[in-house]
Amino acid sequence: MKDMRISRRGLLQGTALLGAGLATPTIFSSKAWAAGYTNEPKGGTVTLGFNVPQTGAYADEGADELRAYQLAVDHINGEGDGGMLNTFSSKALGGNGINGKKVVFVTGDTQTKSDAARASAKRMIEKDGAIMITGGSSSGVAIAVQGLCQDAGVIFMAGLTHSNDTTGKDKRANGFRHFFNTEMSGAALGPVLKNAFGSDRTAYHLTADYTWGWSQEGSIKKYTEQLGWQTKAAVRTPLGAGDFSQYITPVLNSGADVLVLNHYGRDMVNSLSQAVQFGLRDKQVNGKDFAIVVPLYSRLMAQGAGENVKGIFGSTNWHWSLQDEGSKAFVKSFGQKYGFPPSQAAHTTYCQALLYADACQRAGTFMPSGVGAALEGFKFDGLGNGPTEYRAEDHQCFKDVLVVKGKENPSSKFDVLEVVEVTPRAQVEYPASLLGGELGPYNNGA
Amino acid sequence: MDAIALQVLNGLDKGGAYALIALGLTIIFGTLGVVNFAHGALFMLGAFCAVSVKALLSLEAVTLDPNKLTAWGTPMEIRVPYVETWFGEFGATLLNYSVPVSILVAIPMMLILGIAMERGLIRFFYKRPHAEQILVTFGLAIVLQEIIKGIFGANPIPQPAPEVAKGMIDFGILVGFDAGNVVYPAWRLIYFLFSVAIIGAVFSFLRFTSFGMVVRAGMADRETVGLLGIDIDRRFTIVFGIAAVVAGLAGAMYTPILSPDYHMGMDFLVLSFVVVVVGGMGSLGGAVAAGFLLGILQSFASMNEVKNILPGIDQIIIYLIAVVVLLVRPRGLMGRKGMMEH
Repeated sequence: MKDMRISRRGLLQGTALLGAGLATPTIFSSKAWAAGYTNEPKGGTVTLGFNVPQTGAYADEGADELRAYQLAVDHINGEGDGGMLNTFSSKALGGNGINGKKVVFVTGDTQTKSDAARASAKRMIEKDGAIMITGGSSSGVAIAVQGLCQDAGVIFMAGLTHSNDTTGKDKRANGFRHFFNTEMSGAALGPVLKNAFGSDRTAYHLTADYTWGWSQEGSIKKYTEQLGWQTKAAVRTPLGAGDFSQYITPVLNSGADVLVLNHYGRDMVNSLSQAVQFGLRDKQVNGKDFAIVVPLYSRLMAQGAGENVKGIFGSTNWHWSLQDEGSKAFVKSFGQKYGFPPSQAAHTTYCQALLYADACQRAGTFMPSGVGAALEGFKFDGLGNGPTEYRAEDHQCFKDVLVVKGKENPSSKFDVLEVVEVTPRAQVEYPASLLGGELGPYNNGA
Repeated sequence: MDAIALQVLNGLDKGGAYALIALGLTIIFGTLGVVNFAHGALFMLGAFCAVSVKALLSLEAVTLDPNKLTAWGTPMEIRVPYVETWFGEFGATLLNYSVPVSILVAIPMMLILGIAMERGLIRFFYKRPHAEQILVTFGLAIVLQEIIKGIFGANPIPQPAPEVAKGMIDFGILVGFDAGNVVYPAWRLIYFLFSVAIIGAVFSFLRFTSFGMVVRAGMADRETVGLLGIDIDRRFTIVFGIAAVVAGLAGAMYTPILSPDYHMGMDFLVLSFVVVVVGGMGSLGGAVAAGFLLGILQSFASMNEVKNILPGIDQIIIYLIAVVVLLVRPRGLMGRKGMMEH
């Protein structure tokens, strides 16, 4: 009888052959071999994924982002009046899509929840073939989706995210942010606060208890303490507390003469309204007028706080009343299409869509490493914030920052903020090493 | 000492809202045996009655000024409220007092809504398990929430208090503190007094009217009251409507304190259930007492002196108290024997 025993060498050789045989068809048919990178566009269209809050507390902001994206797609495809494409310093885009492909888009709902945002981004990448993901109204969401895009091998163009961490300790090679951050807010607001209130002040912070709040509190403390201000207390408040009165009453007799509200969205509307209700705006402490500061303003949110924003200082990424050619072109284009001016969320998302399209066009590819190389160190103008640079070291845009104040006599419901200073870019710039983190290598996916 | 006095006042106005919502929840649970998770939504709907009244009073005649252009090139709109055009000074006053005026609208609206809710949906779940009642009423709350968001948007809508009540009152002087040490917003004090008045009215209604007597009898022994030939179901339907009115009034008057948005009901719902459990299921007095007690304790827990010793205590104090009360007195502070025990 023939000996059927299997030798160890025979087993290894057989396993290797079997493995190679099974793997061969997969290798030759996989996207990696066929495409070179995740979701390489085939045919005449390229799909972008707009991941914005369509439900939840930031739904209005998300709706404005979506309007801006639709406008940007129109302009990239050569429809409408062209908006800021006419004022953009780069002339690579010709109104015929990107790299000759017409832009189409899919949308996802972040719900302003990290897990929901990741799920919708994953769906757009895996099912809809999105080559790039963009949008969002929260730093927690931005950091979560940025990580997912890095792993999936697509570019992430962040929407409204203000925490230092997005392009600091949590930065990723595939992620890019046009919006400013808390470090820049602090650097811009500091000198304005000193001019308005002097250097002998005692601040009391109320801070939303999550990544953005901590980041904002740290930056404002750092810059105001450099001016000579004291920090009386920094109290963390739960996200979505609704009624902040129990945190505001201790401020009344604390000896502090400035209240810094490190809150955004609904929390900002409520805490500011309640602080004014408790008479803090009209109070006198230590012989000085009490002051309230809201480091990050949003015009949409300021509308929610109504007349309570009057005279309150803050910072913002962009405002529709700016008179440069880019801003005017964008406001005209957006206003004529939708009947009201765009918010800063709409502006930053519109810019991100244009900047991505332009980078792909200049690179001649949609491959993330190629697009990233085109964005790194890219200097441009005409998009509403003056001369701007996408810094190569951390993928953060550096540009002028606006310090604004609640308007005393608004002419319409949109006219709630006035720009009191355009802080030059040089004043808000910082070394990339300051915020830590590592970009790591690009991931082209597939 | 002045810091403590301020936190007591703060707890009282916050507790007023908790007590009003918990009172309605307890009435519904005591009479109908229904765990109503849509009660927070009724609070929110009351708040949006105030928003609607202000929106109606603020309806404006829009004319275009061809000489002035918007930033996007269309003619500027000139807006003048109709009430001011039609009624002059009185119109402006009406607009100024839109929140108190909204009470007149909220009462019939919430009564109708409450009765419609009970007849249209809740009554089909009387004999179903509490888990199913919770599911259906929670679902209803979400539907109501989404409808409001669809109409009014997601952002908070500010509702200013009347000019006369916008300032501060030096409450400290009244109780022996130095001037300026315990000053408190006038509207919050008004809200506290309002909540006390509503609670008093509900208790009086149940205590001193024959309708209330039947309802109390029904709460104690529904079957026997039915055997006496009294149509207890009809009365309980009206009771549901009254509970909706109480929640609605609490919401409408709360709008100058907290700018209403579609989600505000959910924020209060969980806390109010804790209030009901701490007070004792089915105990009206317990609900009111626990509402004010937990409001005050929550305010104290937010003081820096307390938070420095126990960080994060402000976020868990209410639930901590609930755990302790349920361990020591399983029926709650003033709970009745037999309620939710079979």
